[in-house]
Amino acid sequence: MKEYGESKEELKRLKEISNKIRCSIITMVKDASVGHIGGSLSVTDILVALYFKVLNIDPKNPDWENRDRLILSKGHGATAIYSVLAERGFFPAKELETFGIIDSKFQVHPDKTKVPGIEASTGALGQGLSVAAGMALAAKLDSRDYHTYAILGDGEIQEGQIWEAAMFSAHYKLDNLTAILDYNNVQLMGDVSDIMEIAPLDLKWESFGWNVIETDGHDFEKILTSIDRARNTKGCPTIIIADTTKGKGVSFMQDTCAWHGNVPSDDEYEKAIKELKN
Amino acid sequence: MVAVREAFGKTLLEVGHTNKDIVVLDADLASSTKITYFAREFPERFFQCGIAEQNMIGVAAGLAACGKIPFAASFAVFVSRRPADQVAISVAYPGLNVKIIGAYTGLFNGRTGASHMAVEDISIMRAIPGIIIIDPADAAETAGAVRAIAEHKGPVYMRETRDEWPDVFGDGHIFEIGKASEVRSGDDVSIIAAGVMTSEAITASEKLKEEGIGAKVINMSTIKPIDEEAVIKAAAETGAVVTAENHNIYGGLGSAVAEVLVENHPVPMQRIGIRDVLNESGTNRELLNKFGMSYMNIMEAVKNVIARKDS
Repeated sequence: MKEYGESKEELKRLKEISNKIRCSIITMVKDASVGHIGGSLSVTDILVALYFKVLNIDPKNPDWENRDRLILSKGHGATAIYSVLAERGFFPAKELETFGIIDSKFQVHPDKTKVPGIEASTGALGQGLSVAAGMALAAKLDSRDYHTYAILGDGEIQEGQIWEAAMFSAHYKLDNLTAILDYNNVQLMGDVSDIMEIAPLDLKWESFGWNVIETDGHDFEKILTSIDRARNTKGCPTIIIADTTKGKGVSFMQDTCAWHGNVPSDDEYEKAIKELKN
Repeated sequence: MVAVREAFGKTLLEVGHTNKDIVVLDADLASSTKITYFAREFPERFFQCGIAEQNMIGVAAGLAACGKIPFAASFAVFVSRRPADQVAISVAYPGLNVKIIGAYTGLFNGRTGASHMAVEDISIMRAIPGIIIIDPADAAETAGAVRAIAEHKGPVYMRETRDEWPDVFGDGHIFEIGKASEVRSGDDVSIIAAGVMTSEAITASEKLKEEGIGAKVINMSTIKPIDEEAVIKAAAETGAVVTAENHNIYGGLGSAVAEVLVENHPVPMQRIGIRDVLNESGTNRELLNKFGMSYMNIMEAVKNVIARKDS
């Protein structure tokens, strides 16, 4: 098993990328007056780790057949994945200025047919894990060695389809499929545990036949080590339950459902960017 | 007469031989939908999904996104009503090459009753942008449609009939997506029908002929995109239209034809179909009679529209 043991410089680089992504997220939502900041900030570090350290992809050839697939099933994190794809070179960051505006390819929830690097049209929660399972199954059928990732929201797994997909993926022993749960414990109307309790997650997923890894979703070293363990697990799919903070990185946006879909005022915007740049 | 589902299952096996990208998904109804022929021959390309249709549609989307041609089959109610959002967002929105097969449609459902009767599958699928909808008339056309949709790239919803039903076409029938065909000629009225109702319309046409009424019968097996040209032409030639469908009169073939006529060539028109009710267990013939959808009801509708034409 690969121990990441990233150098301090490398970890600093990843953190800098994350900060840049977070600024981009807040700017997009501010400019468009629409979008979901809280869940985008919580999933940022996971996406940065995957796109900058893990995924076998080619931004110049986004449809390359043997690429790793990543489905952002929690499509509400669109601003995060668009910013990451831009930073990774799939398209110029300048294009993100059109987010949410008429005729833009950057829909408020991702459209697979419009944006290079987006593998599934998501936003109707609960659907991405099934699509990812189909992709993992196709890899097995064709004896291809690409890996498929599905990023799930914690509120999202209240959808019944997730558990249908969980059964299916374990039944077909899809060890080339890894789900990552962005467990920030906040959904639109409040704390997940108050709205509809999803815990105990380790027991639930284990009993569905999955390998379960719990980690800190804002610690690059831990995220990368967990993904490596997931990729090396054979015979069953893995879910990485990533403990995250909704609104991560901006003090007044953290751990509150108020910033699920809120748009910052001018003052709030400046304060947020200042915090992130410090 | 061949049981239509047998023709479906055997043709799926046939296209499975020629196209190795075809994969088949089941939600525990393979012996009813007859995808068992494919499953026995190609177990490595057959995926049992269990009784979980929402996931089945999503898995099909993922397979299609990686170049496979998935046929996902179940009873029509369970692949339309239940996973409507998955069909819309996972399949139709990205335009993926998934073939959704709905069996046991309309009144024809092996006496299983209202819970298994798809009276609104076509309305649901018609309202989702980007899906081709086919309701074949008989076994030969079902076979032709399976071959055609396997070749066509993009989402398709196709109805499958369970039982034996009178032939409309011979074995040489070539099915073409989006093309209506005139199966009986006549100058007084046009009966535009789909699915099992085409043969019922033919019976009506033949009996009307004995009464001196010329009823053209158009088989409109592709309901979306509808063959507008054929609808307008039939209306122009006969001046009156009756539609006949094994489906709710809201949102199906009758609605589609009415939309075309109202915007292009309004003529007296009447719809034969399920009149906004859920039904009950019974044989196909008993149900057609009870719910006003037999050839006799079509004949009556024909006389009504002809009378309106003359008034």
